[in-house]
Amino acid sequence: MLEQIKKYLRIDKFPHIWCYGCGDGIILQAFVRAIASLGLSQDEVVVVSGIGCSSRAVGYLDFDTLHTAHGRALPFATGIKMAKPELTVTIVAGDGDIFAIGGNHFIHAARRNIDITVVLFNNATYGMTGGQYSPTTRQDDIATTAPYGHIERPFDICGLAKAAGATFVARSSSYHAMALPKLISQGISHHGFSLVEVITGCHVCYGKLNDLSDPVKVLEWQRDHVVNIKQYEALSSKDKEDKMPMGILHQVTRPEYIDEYRKVLERAKT
Amino acid sequence: MLLKDNQTKASFVQGNTACAQAALDAGVRFFAGYPITPSSEIAEILSRKLPMLGGKFIQMEDEIASMGAILGASLTGKKVLTSTSGPGFSLKQELIGFASLCEIPCVIVNVQRGGPSTGLPTSPAQGDVMQSRWGTHGDHPIIVLSPSTVKETYDLTVRAFNLTESLRVPVILLSDEITGHIHEKIEFPDKNKLKLLSRPKAVKNPGKKYLPFAVSKPEEVPRVANFGEGFRFNVTGLLHNDDGFPMNLPEKNEFLLTRLHKKITSRIRELCTFVSIYLNDSETIIFSYGSTSRSCFQAAKIARSKGSKVGAISIKTLWPFPDFLIQELASCVKRVVVCEMNMGQIVHEVQRASDGRFKIEKVNSISGSMITPGEILDKIL
Ligand SMILES: Cc1ncc(C[n+]2csc(CCOP(=O)(O)OP(=O)(O)O)c2C)c(N)n1
Ligand code: SF4
Repeated sequence: MLEQIKKYLRIDKFPHIWCYGCGDGIILQAFVRAIASLGLSQDEVVVVSGIGCSSRAVGYLDFDTLHTAHGRALPFATGIKMAKPELTVTIVAGDGDIFAIGGNHFIHAARRNIDITVVLFNNATYGMTGGQYSPTTRQDDIATTAPYGHIERPFDICGLAKAAGATFVARSSSYHAMALPKLISQGISHHGFSLVEVITGCHVCYGKLNDLSDPVKVLEWQRDHVVNIKQYEALSSKDKEDKMPMGILHQVTRPEYIDEYRKVLERAKT
Repeated sequence: MLLKDNQTKASFVQGNTACAQAALDAGVRFFAGYPITPSSEIAEILSRKLPMLGGKFIQMEDEIASMGAILGASLTGKKVLTSTSGPGFSLKQELIGFASLCEIPCVIVNVQRGGPSTGLPTSPAQGDVMQSRWGTHGDHPIIVLSPSTVKETYDLTVRAFNLTESLRVPVILLSDEITGHIHEKIEFPDKNKLKLLSRPKAVKNPGKKYLPFAVSKPEEVPRVANFGEGFRFNVTGLLHNDDGFPMNLPEKNEFLLTRLHKKITSRIRELCTFVSIYLNDSETIIFSYGSTSRSCFQAAKIARSKGSKVGAISIKTLWPFPDFLIQELASCVKRVVVCEMNMGQIVHEVQRASDGRFKIEKVNSISGSMITPGEILDKIL
């Protein structure tokens, strides 16, 4: 398996820039395993990102890769997908990147149901800029810009994606490394807009302010809070409060944007 | 009204229509935009026409997204366009910088209206001259063309595509509400006879690593491949090596930025075009661009009929600014009167390039109305 996934990596670009113990590497690995399991050729996949620690993943992936501006992966990806629909277009993004500055692009891409898969590295903070609060920072946690405790409610990312029109919504975590590739490959195979939210951590910036500076503790936190959807359903509503369901949370079939645009092309011909 | 294939009859259309027609004739195949007056006709026309040619149109959620979408499409090899006005032009700036640094061909039309902010929808102005040069952060190369008539809008749009494709520098067509909306007679050229330029092609060298941004001379245009053609390369908005991957080494940083600018500075004379009248013996030159040139040429003709030695220059390329044109003005020139629908923007360039050789005067309008020939004559006679 290792040899099989190695070909999808730009080995000469290692060592990577991430801190030791960061979950981003686990998600990168899961991403290439997903691509390998689908048997996709390197030449038919494009990986687009914005700006952040997570977005640097594209540099290690041996496809056509595009490291855009902060929050702008989806508009670029939309242009690529429309211009060359035969390409498999994927995005790796941070929670700040695609839900704060890029949030508007996200809801509109989901609404269009364009066949793009977003793998969200949700570490609940701005890692690259040093641990400021993001749209997914938990209430009462400490951030470098919330020294008295964070007063905002975090987004329910999966709920938001579903409400905006995404037709595949799934969640996992970097702790659940073995289950993650399957979920990502299901997202990529799904015909329509897919979001795979991966709960991960930033022990260096966020962790040190919130008693999670040990990367093992970060993973344990994920183990304890991200639970299988069946187990989750069985919980009392009080127990559900600090847990997140894991697995495919939403999958429906709806007209996909590129397919609909093909109809426009047909109509314009006549 | 748009032309059917191979039709070359005279038409009576507005500048925005000529722009859309020129883009189609030049081979545009992807447009993304966001509605804003006085530019929306371009989007509306292309939403109807592009699908007929198998091209793609999308109205994005804002101008930032429109800019991102055209850059994504351009990276797959398509000729791309977006159009906007003042507020939208501001939003496009961040990714115009991305296009400059990553050398992604694209044409951006800004049909100027009065600003700042929401400003004067929809009265004409030329207030975005400096923004078109310096709107995005950092030292970036850019080409800006400005038409005065419907016919020029057609010609300069075709030229914008040729320049952006052949040099891989973003090109801004800086129109304005007058040029965009005025209806004039235009004889559309036969599109099959247009001289169209394309991107330098990437070549695969078996056994050799593909370097998308490599050049053999600093002024050369790199042979960047298209996505989806098996080259598997990286594009980043970080300063990068010729392999397309981020780097931060002082001498390489400097080399990259210098190289990006050399694509333009080494070609100044071919890039800068202008039209003029009565240059040989004029003591006064009326200097302008865009729709203001219409009044300036009229004023020069009236002044001549009254026996004054007045000439006029209308520059079609605003950026790079044609320093040589000012420096090479005949020794009989005593003053240059710069007319603009702003508080004075290009006048600073004229002043700089003139190096004190002649007197510089200004005629400006910031009222949302055009400068009239009378206002110019009042100043010069
Ligand atoms: C327009 C703009 N604003 C701000 C920044 C600075 N910036 C760089 S990365 C980042 C946040 C990254 O956070 P996230 O997307 O959550 O990714 P992470 O680093 O946590 O993986 C910010 C604000 C920028 N590059 N561009
Ligand atoms: S700063 Fe945080 S998110 Fe970034 S690499 Fe380090 S641990 Fe990971």
